[in-house]
Amino acid sequence: MVNTKVNLCGLQLDNPVIPASGTFGYGYEFAELYDINILGSFSFKGTTREPRFGNPTPRIADCTAGLINSVGLQNPGVEKVISQELPKLKKVFSKPVIANVSGFSVDDYAYSCEKLDKEEQVGILEVNVSCPNVHHGGMSFGTDPKAAAEITRAVKAVTTKPVFIKLTPNVTDIVSIAKACEEAGADGISLINTMLGMRIDLKTGKPTVANKKGGFSGPAVFPVALRMVYEVYEAVNIPLIGVGGVQSAENVIEMMMAGATAVEVGAANLVNPFACKEIVENLPAVMEKYNIKDLNDIIGGAH
Amino acid sequence: MKQSIFTIKSNTNIAPNTYKMVLAGDTSAITLSGQFINIKIEGLFLRRPLSVCDYDGESFTVLYKTVGKGTDMLKDMGEGDKLDVLTGLGNGFDTSKSGERPLLIGGGAGISPMYRLAKDLISEGKKPEVILGFNKKEEIFFEDEFKALGLNVYISTVDGSRGTKGFVSDVIKQLSRYTYFYTCGPEPMLKAVSDVTDTSGQLSFEARMGCGFGACMGCSCETKYGTKRICKDGPVLQKEEVIW
Repeated sequence: MVNTKVNLCGLQLDNPVIPASGTFGYGYEFAELYDINILGSFSFKGTTREPRFGNPTPRIADCTAGLINSVGLQNPGVEKVISQELPKLKKVFSKPVIANVSGFSVDDYAYSCEKLDKEEQVGILEVNVSCPNVHHGGMSFGTDPKAAAEITRAVKAVTTKPVFIKLTPNVTDIVSIAKACEEAGADGISLINTMLGMRIDLKTGKPTVANKKGGFSGPAVFPVALRMVYEVYEAVNIPLIGVGGVQSAENVIEMMMAGATAVEVGAANLVNPFACKEIVENLPAVMEKYNIKDLNDIIGGAH
Repeated sequence: MKQSIFTIKSNTNIAPNTYKMVLAGDTSAITLSGQFINIKIEGLFLRRPLSVCDYDGESFTVLYKTVGKGTDMLKDMGEGDKLDVLTGLGNGFDTSKSGERPLLIGGGAGISPMYRLAKDLISEGKKPEVILGFNKKEEIFFEDEFKALGLNVYISTVDGSRGTKGFVSDVIKQLSRYTYFYTCGPEPMLKAVSDVTDTSGQLSFEARMGCGFGACMGCSCETKYGTKRICKDGPVLQKEEVIW
């Protein structure tokens, strides 16, 4: 028997596999297909203070080994997430969930986090300072160490649960931003969000997505995410959630060897709705293949 | 929704850049006309959604036009090739509202879901009439298949080489006895149909999708009844709810 259990800031996860925010909705679509309680946890659709439709369509573009999305944080707003989505989610998922939060001002972040922190089923707050698809907010907070630290402090001041800051790879030095968040009191770091990219439709000669640019994710970004997890692991003493292009149990193990305590799976869910289930089920056999008895033994093992 | 492996039984060129493909496998998740399937094509990341033209207990049929890389790759596949397919996606058409004499209006690849819908309406004892829109007579397909169901088929061509010169909306203007309409095709056609019809109806929309099953919010649209995902809450919307 191998041990797949990991401890994320006091939260005991049966395994490190977590569907990433924005690729799993609030879980219902997937709960129709399989019992999603086999997951370690899941990070629900990014939530903002006010309801948002998001960006104009089309907002998806296919790419080699990935996709571009410019959804732009479509969500019903924090009040409705709490009053309507969480009660429904509770029926299909009995474990603590990760509440993913975005905003357009320091106040926005604090407001939404304070509300979600009070929800029993929320185990961790994942603060998204890295959405590339919104103007005046989102990623701009995550590209400056001072702004990222300011958000971190504001959220920590009004919450009791572990706070993970989700960082963007669209920066010169992700390590300095991770360190600033740690110093400001973050309990962990999630990395990476999508990489800013674009496609042009040859027939129209114009950008494929209406917002012109979008976030690129999928297996193509895995090596970049892995490298960033590796670098940040060396610089901070708080746990990391590794995100970016994870497709398989092998990728999960590789991400953990780089330094991740848990691993989020994003784009893979959109192509194969059973991706997370397959990863969870394959994990023990892949561990045995590489002679890993306990996943906790390999976290940061590549250093 | 189901994910399973299908085997291509046939993949036939039926008009310029237009193909009919029959896939054998577990069709149990397909329950209504107007639903769609999402095909994984080796070498492409996202799946490709196609509406279902017809289905039975062993296979389903899709009609598609080669409009990009995915459909170009699909046309080169042949009998015996295997494909990973998500089936039973989308809400489908509601035949209960049709009345006695509904109009079925299809443009280009949007003709596809009208075929099964016609069969379902006929089996309910209704008398649908069909309008098919094309650019020119060389592009006409499925006219005979609809006629074989015993239906009246009107054709429009943009260049006037067959049937009514112009668009499907020009045919609708000449008709008056219909009780309801169902339509699928390019968005400008859907809008024109919505504008010229004097009854209620249902419109099947096309969208650039991420997942096809409601998870990514890639294909959302705003309607008078709130935000809807074309893939999960559609692709069929009611005329009254569409915001043009």
